[in-house]
Formats: sequence, C-alpha cells, structure tokens
Amino acid sequence: MMDFQVVVLAGGTAKKLAPLVSKEVPKALLPVANRPVLSYVLELLESSNLKDLIVVVEGEDAALRVGGWISGAYVDRLHVEVAAVPEDVGTAGALRAVAHHLTANDVLIVSGDLVSDVPPGAVAATHRRHGAVVTTLLCYAPVSGPSDTGSSAGKDKVKKSRYNIVGLDPTRQLLLHIAAGAEVEKDIRVQKNILRAVGQLEIRADLMDAHMYAFKRTVLQDVLDQKDTFHSIRQDVLPYLVRTQLRSEISANGLHKVEDNANGRVSSQNYVTWMSQHREIAPSAYQELLALSPRSPENALRTHKCCAYIASKSKYCARLNSIQAFSDINRDVVGEASHLSGYSFSSQNNIIHPSAELGSKTTVGPQCMLAEGSQMGDKCSVKRSIIGRHCRIGSNVKIVNSVVMNHVTIEDGCLVQGSVICSNVHLQERVVLKDCQISPM
Amino acid sequence: MDVRRGQRTVIDPKVRQVGFVPAGATRPPARSHSVPTDACSSSPPAPELPLSGSSLSPVMIPPPRHSSADGLPSLSRSAASPVPIPASPLRRDTVQIPIGSYNPSESVLGSSPMISPSSRLDAVSEFSDEVPTSAWLGRSGSGKFASSFPSSSGEMMTMKITGGGSGGGGNTPKSSLTTASVVKALPGVSEKDRGALIEVQNEGISKPQKQKTSKAERRAIQEAQRAAKAAAKEAGEAVKPSASSGGALPASKQGKVVKPSSQKKDGPQVTAPVVPSEKKVGDRIPDKDRKKDVPHPRMQFDDKHRVEKAKRRAVVNQSEARNRVELFRHLPQYIHGTQLPDLESKFFQLDPMHPSVYKVGLQYLSGVISGGNARCIAMLLAFQEAIKDYSTPPEKALVRDLTAKISSYVSFLIECRPLSISMGNAIKFLKNRIAKLPHTLSESEAKSSLQSDIDRFINEKIVIADKVIVGHAVTKIRDGDILLTYGSSSVVEMILLYAHELGKQFRVVLVDSRPKLEGQALLHRLVAKGLNCTYTHINAISYVMQEVTRVFLGASSVLSNGTVYSRVGTACVAMVANAFQIPVLICCEAYKFHERVQLDSICSNELGDPDVISKVAGRNDLNHLESWADNENLQLLNLIYDATPSDYVSMIITDYGMIPPTSVPVIVREYRREHLWI
Repeated sequence: MMDFQVVVLAGGTAKKLAPLVSKEVPKALLPVANRPVLSYVLELLESSNLKDLIVVVEGEDAALRVGGWISGAYVDRLHVEVAAVPEDVGTAGALRAVAHHLTANDVLIVSGDLVSDVPPGAVAATHRRHGAVVTTLLCYAPVSGPSDTGSSAGKDKVKKSRYNIVGLDPTRQLLLHIAAGAEVEKDIRVQKNILRAVGQLEIRADLMDAHMYAFKRTVLQDVLDQKDTFHSIRQDVLPYLVRTQLRSEISANGLHKVEDNANGRVSSQNYVTWMSQHREIAPSAYQELLALSPRSPENALRTHKCCAYIASKSKYCARLNSIQAFSDINRDVVGEASHLSGYSFSSQNNIIHPSAELGSKTTVGPQCMLAEGSQMGDKCSVKRSIIGRHCRIGSNVKIVNSVVMNHVTIEDGCLVQGSVICSNVHLQERVVLKDCQISPM
Repeated sequence: MDVRRGQRTVIDPKVRQVGFVPAGATRPPARSHSVPTDACSSSPPAPELPLSGSSLSPVMIPPPRHSSADGLPSLSRSAASPVPIPASPLRRDTVQIPIGSYNPSESVLGSSPMISPSSRLDAVSEFSDEVPTSAWLGRSGSGKFASSFPSSSGEMMTMKITGGGSGGGGNTPKSSLTTASVVKALPGVSEKDRGALIEVQNEGISKPQKQKTSKAERRAIQEAQRAAKAAAKEAGEAVKPSASSGGALPASKQGKVVKPSSQKKDGPQVTAPVVPSEKKVGDRIPDKDRKKDVPHPRMQFDDKHRVEKAKRRAVVNQSEARNRVELFRHLPQYIHGTQLPDLESKFFQLDPMHPSVYKVGLQYLSGVISGGNARCIAMLLAFQEAIKDYSTPPEKALVRDLTAKISSYVSFLIECRPLSISMGNAIKFLKNRIAKLPHTLSESEAKSSLQSDIDRFINEKIVIADKVIVGHAVTKIRDGDILLTYGSSSVVEMILLYAHELGKQFRVVLVDSRPKLEGQALLHRLVAKGLNCTYTHINAISYVMQEVTRVFLGASSVLSNGTVYSRVGTACVAMVANAFQIPVLICCEAYKFHERVQLDSICSNELGDPDVISKVAGRNDLNHLESWADNENLQLLNLIYDATPSDYVSMIITDYGMIPPTSVPVIVREYRREHLWI
C-alpha cells in the first residue's frame, strides 16, 4: 500500500492512568464513549484503507486481551498482527522488537491512544513529498472547555506536558526544533547552523505532537540499532533526528543507498547533483544551504529533512495519556467531536440505547450517552456524562461531567461530579463524589 | 503586440543572417539589423513555384508520417496543404490565393510560420550539412549508452536483492507476531477486489482506446472538412473582397474573435473543439501509426459537458475557480489550495497509483518541483521506478497493460499540473519504446530495456544536451559583455557559471517578475559563485536594456513556427531587446521542440493561482483585492506562459547547434526520425 507499513503502539498498563487501567483493562481498551480507545485509531486507519497493521502491546497479558478484542471486533475487516513486548521498553524499545518485521520503504507509527480525525494519508503524503526522514503530525491541542475538574496547579502541569515547543521554517513544513513543553523551563537552545540554513525560525508553543510519525524505515532502523539507549520515540529518536538534520551521521549511508536505488545507474550521481542543483526539493531557503555547501554529493546527502504536518484547527486530535485527557476526550467525543464516535445522535443531541430504561422524571441532557441495558430510577439527572452498559442507577441520582463504565451500580441519592467510575464499582446510597476516580481495586 | 506586427517586416529577416552558425564560428549574432531588411524585401522576387513546393515541407509541420513517407500520399497532402491557408485569411487579408498554390508574397508579409523561400533553402541546405554529423554523434552516443546499461542494471538488481535480504531476513526475531485478526474471507474478498480492479483497468484501457480511435477518425474527418471549408471560404472571400480591409482590423479581429480563430487557425494544432456530430466513418485511416501521431485534442475547459465527464474520472478533487477571465475559460483553473490537502488525505486510497508517481504528482501540485527539465526528469524517474516494480498481470500483454498504466499515471500527473510540452515529448518517447518492444523479450528484459531507455533519454536529451548547449552558448559570450536573463532558467544558469569558470569577464543583469520571483534564487547562486550581477524587476526592463549586449533566455518549448513558449514575461523581454537591437538567444534543448504551431498565448497556456498576484508578500496592508472572488466584475489573470514570436528571436541555441528560429521545423522533423523514434 503505497509502500507504507503501519505500526500501532498500543502501550500496556500505563501507570499514569493508574486507577483506570488494570490488568483486565489495559490502556488500549479504556472505553471512550463505550468503545475501546484503540478502536478509534484502527477505524481511522481503516478509513484510509490501511488494513495491514502491526499492533504492539506491552505485556503478554495485555497483548492477549487486546488481541482477543481485535479479533472479535475486526474479523473480516482488518489484518492485524499483535506483538507483545516486555513492559517498560518504551516506544523505541517496542519498535526495536518489531523492527525485523518492517520491510516497506516508510513506516507509519501511530500511538494507540490517539483519538483524531486527521487523515494519516496527509502525514504520509507530506512525508513522501519532501522525501523526509521523519514527518510528525502536529495539531492544535484541543480546546478543552472550562473543565470543572482538577486543581489549577494540576491543570497547569497537564497543559505543559501536553504542548510542545516546536520550531518551524517560514513555510511551516520543516521541523527544525522540538522539545516537550515540560522540559523547557528557562531557555531553548537552537543550533546556529539550522538557524542559518532557514534564515527564520518560528517557535510555537501551541502545537502538540500527536504521536503519528512517518519514518523512513532504513533511518529508523539505523537509529534504533545504533542508539540502544534511546527509550522513547518522542523524547529521544525524534529530537535526535531533528537535531542532527544538517549533520546527519546515521542516515548518510542509508539515504545514499536509497538515492542510489531510486536512480539506479552509473549516471545516477549525475542526476542527483543535477537535481539538487536545480532544487528538486526546495520549499524555502533551506535548500540554499545545500547549494552553498561544497557541492559534493556526499556532503549534500549528509543532511536529512524532518518535516511536520500541521493539522488544521478544524480537525480533532487528542491523546489519551492522562486522566484529565480521559475525561476530556470522553466529553468531546459525545460533544464537539461527535462525528468521531460513530453513533447517531438523537434530536436531543444525546445517545440513549433503546434497551436502556429510564424512570419517571429522569432527564438525560445533551451530550450524554446511555449504553445498552442500563437502568435508571426516577428523578435522575444526567448531564454531559457517559454511562456504560448494564449499569443500575437508583433514584435521585445526579451524574454530571462523569464517565461511568460498565456494570456499575449506583444506589439512590448519589451525586457524581467530574469523576470516573470504573467497571463493577458499587456505590451505595447517598455517596457524593467530586473529581474522583473509583476503581474496584 | 498585434499592432506592432503589421510594421515589423523591418526586423523580420535578421534571423536569416544569423543563419546556421556552427559551434566554432564566432560570428556575432546579427548586430546589423538594417542591412538584411533590404536583402529580404528584395529577396523574394516571385520565386519559382517548384522551389516553393519543395521547400514547403519544413514549414508545414506535417505530422511525421507525411515526411517519412517517400511519396506524399494524396490524402496527407490534401490534409496538409490547407495549413498555411486558414491562418492567412485571419491574419492578413491578402487572401486572393487559390488553394494549393503557394504564394510567396504571402510568406514575406506573413507572420511567423512564413519564411522567405531563399533563406529557407539556405537553412535546409546548411542544415543538411549539419545533420549527418550530429546524427552520427547522437547515434554513437546512444550506442555507447545502450551497451553500458545492461551490465549496470544487473549490478543494481543484485544490490537490491542483497539490500532486501539484510532488511527482511533478521533471523533472530525479538518478538513474534500473533495474528489477531485476519480478513477471513480473504480469497473471496481479494478476488472481488481484483475483479473490480481488473474491471477498472479494463475500463481504463478500453476507454481511452475507444476515444482515441474516435478522435483519430474525427481528426481525419475534421481535417478534410476543414480543408473543404477553407477552400470554400477562400473562394468566397476571393469573390467578395469586401471582407478584407485595412491592416489594423485583422489584428483586432483576431484579438476579439477568439472562438472562430481558434477553430480555423490551426492545421495540426490541437485546440479545435471536437464536434461530435461529425462522427461518420469517412476516410478513416486504419494506419496504427496515425493514431499515435495525431495529437490529442486538448481538453477545452469551457465545454461544460466534457469538464463534467472529466471530473468524474478525476483522481484529484478539483473545484473550479469562479471569476475566470473570459478569454481563458478554455484553460483549467481550479481553486488553489483545495487540491493538495484533498490529494494528501487520499494518499492511501489510490491503489493503482505507484508511490513514486504519486510523490511526483504531489510535488508538481505543491510547486516543489518546477522548471521544465526538473519536472521532466522527475516524471521519467518516477516512471522508471514504476516500471521496475511492474509485473504483468496474468492474461495480459505487457505492451498493452504497461501502456495503459503509464497513461493512467500521466492523466494523474495532468490533474496535478498540466503537462509541459517537453514532458509530452518524453511520454511519447516512452510509449513508443513500449510499443516497439520486441515480443521475444521476457518481462524482466523488457523492463530493464525500458529502464535503460529512460536513462538514455534523460542523459542524452537533457543532461548531455545541456552540456552541448552550454558549450555553444559560451562562444557567444565575450569579455565585457553585459548579459541579461529573465527568470530562472537552468540552462542559462549553467551557461553563466561555465562562462565565469572560463574566466570571461562579463556582468549579468537578472530580470525578475512577481509573483514567483524565481530569479532571486538564481541571483543568490550566481552571486555566491562570484558573478557580478544586477537584479531588477521587469518593470525596469526598458531602462536596463540600454546597457545590455546580449539576452539569454530559457524556454519551455519552441514550436515549429519558431515561436518560443516560455515563462510569462519572456516575450516582453525579447521585444524590448529587439527594439534596442540586442540579440536574443534562446537556450532550449531539442527535446522541447514541438511540431505544433501557435500564434498567440491564448489557445494554449496555463493559469496559475490568481490569489498569488492579489497578495504581496510581507505587505499585509496592501489588501485591496482581498475578497476579489466575491466580486463578479473582477477577474484576475495569472498566466504562466507566453509566446514570443520568432521575429524577436535572433537565435536558438540547442543541442544540434545554433539555429535560426526558422530551422526549428527541420530539427523537429529530423530529430523525430533520426533519434527519438529509433
């Protein structure tokens, strides 16, 4: 398929999401609008006609569960291979483990916790168009509405880690600098030669690395082989490639090989210099440096390009990597990004499964979801919340801004606000919860 | 421009004086303009008819089959003879010419395609001296390359294999894959898919062929009919000479009445709208070659019906721009900025497209690759990749299937950006090579032969051709020269750099124009190499021209009437240079020559993004045209190319030597027969 292979990094039982994930529910299977979060990525890929996937899961148990779920849900639709890797190997380690399965020219790496409608093809096409070594998807972090949860200090932290400091060239296609927002405390160091090459560097802090990368396979494998201390793609591999783009060590031979393959013949050298002389690839003054540098093809190829695809603001893009994000995404998927959920909304802008039973004077507000088999008593009120399957909810219960997973029992008179209640939890009468995460363990 | 045309017989003939200068000769290219004037005006003293008959052929731009056939078949003659005539009634009103007979007086007054017979003879004879050597050179070169390629291709293939082995054959799998979900009904589905795919491909094959034949038929019919019509018109106009009036009128007429002119103007031109009613199978020519040689009628984008039809086939989602300039409605214009994101998001959905072709398409669309040579090379390399990865589906012939594949790639590329003429020539070459593959070859042999053909084409027609051109052109640069160039031409850049390396002392005046400002990059590179440059915009052309001694220009294409089709602004520069009596040297590889005749830049051109000219970079306060698309009374026109009449061109430097623009048809003919179509 266009010479691309897709690897979905589904993670394992992330510690960050501590009370929500468990042995039974690995991160990939966390429900977002009553669907595992992984299904959003898989369906995004499926809609792009990418049906041969490799899903990498940390931990054998988790892999079994994820594999089981996929084989149930996507039989006949996708051809998915699940690979289990040991826990805590990091994203780079996970890729190392499956590297020998990669054969295509380019590899698309998607995080399994991405909830987005940005077409992966756009990233891949940008990658191809520039002949880049790595292309990353950057998106405007979702405008999370005034959330009622979380102390301001906590939110600040979340915000910081969610955003990235990104340096772009004036055409906003080349990625010249990237750092996680949390890492940047005082100053940013930008290499002089990169600055000189582009002339102008635009530094932005409103973009988020969405963990969808297109890598040139040879380069990725080289980096993973040579730098065995690299743990994470986002924190190690990508910054490394961006940093070294003008004095590339690893890709020198890799790129060279590829170019030779592309042009084939004795005279290939000839064309390469010819083409570079005539700016085959010059979106900006970036290429000027190539032109100025001593005109040996060796030297010209010592550089590689790192590109960025910036999703438009109208696209939804979020990663489920924190509890805050979990509630945000759940809210958005039945709210402003409702096209992602795949459900059809009623005229009241909510989803109530026909098999759900509502007592008298019970109201379910807009942007709510009530899944199959759930029962609610009288005089309940549900606002901006998601209630899973087969929940039993007594009378006089108020649920606001919350996520209630499956098989939860809530007895009369409870008030649940801004909380996440995991599966099989039993809340007795008149419990008041605010900004809590409850799980049965 | 047209007004000037009436008076410009004065400058017309200087071209001939330049003549066919061999590479070594250092005859200055015609600083003397006044001398030849007399020579020319006196030279065509009602020459002998037989001579005109014999020398007609180089001007006529006959499709190659005519020239290649020993005796001109009667039909081809009848089809070809009206060529100069339909052009004449519109352009000049010296119409009282019976058909078939060639009136030399017309050629004197006449515009671009007409050449005074004596000079033409000159050109031909000189050329015939020149051609054998160059032909010999070219052929020896090609032989050498052909012999060197197979071995290298073998080498490359082995390398590829080892590469694949090392990539895929890691024997120590660190983590094994467990298949979680397989598409269960795999065979069924895939079969269905394949069925659909085959169907699609079948459609792809059968449709164009069907169209082709019908087009070929239609062309034949049309040509015949046009001949008849022209004859009738001639007769009619000869009867009532009231139609002819002053010299200024035809110019304005031609300017305004585009529609009829575009219908009648051209013989082998392509712009004639196809009339579907003329579909009866009359004198259809079953000759296969004919079909191939007949140029496709260009899509007319003011024909709503056909645009709709094309849209349904299109891969790239194209929403047409509103507010199009009336004269240019027949050219495609889309809302810029909508195509690229759309195409990008569909990246994985386009199954039959080869990735490398797709990449090139994206690069055309985003403007990353521009410039005739670069685009052509990129396209050919992409096709080479595609051929490398190609395997003939079962129960299909490689020749046909691959041709259909290439055609589908080409139509995709056209959707991304209209092809340049040079690319059209390259595609023709490739398709011809595919068609001429011996049937005895195995698939891999055929593929490697095609790949080496492509390499050979790039090498001979572009890379080496450029070197030859540089060699020729440098002889025209003397110490103390002030050279002017416009835009950013790759060949001109090489010429300037090479001349600088040779230690010639000269200064460069670089003229540029909005909106692309391509010249700045060139300027940057030239200055970095230590050349002495002056940079200015085209507004100042009349001022800077005073000091210039030579003008070097690149070209997108040279048409067989000597018209130079090039970046918009070139005509302006050439005309100003001409007014200052400064020689204009066009540097153009011979593979960019085309047999088409074009008299204006309207019937065939390319429209750029109109937004680009409404905005000024870095000046956000200049936003008077901000919402121009909403104003129905305003249309913006961003032309990409223009046509420079041959009169303003002193010399064309090509890989066959330095030739006057009148000799282009000879090159077109010889080049075709001798090199391209081996």
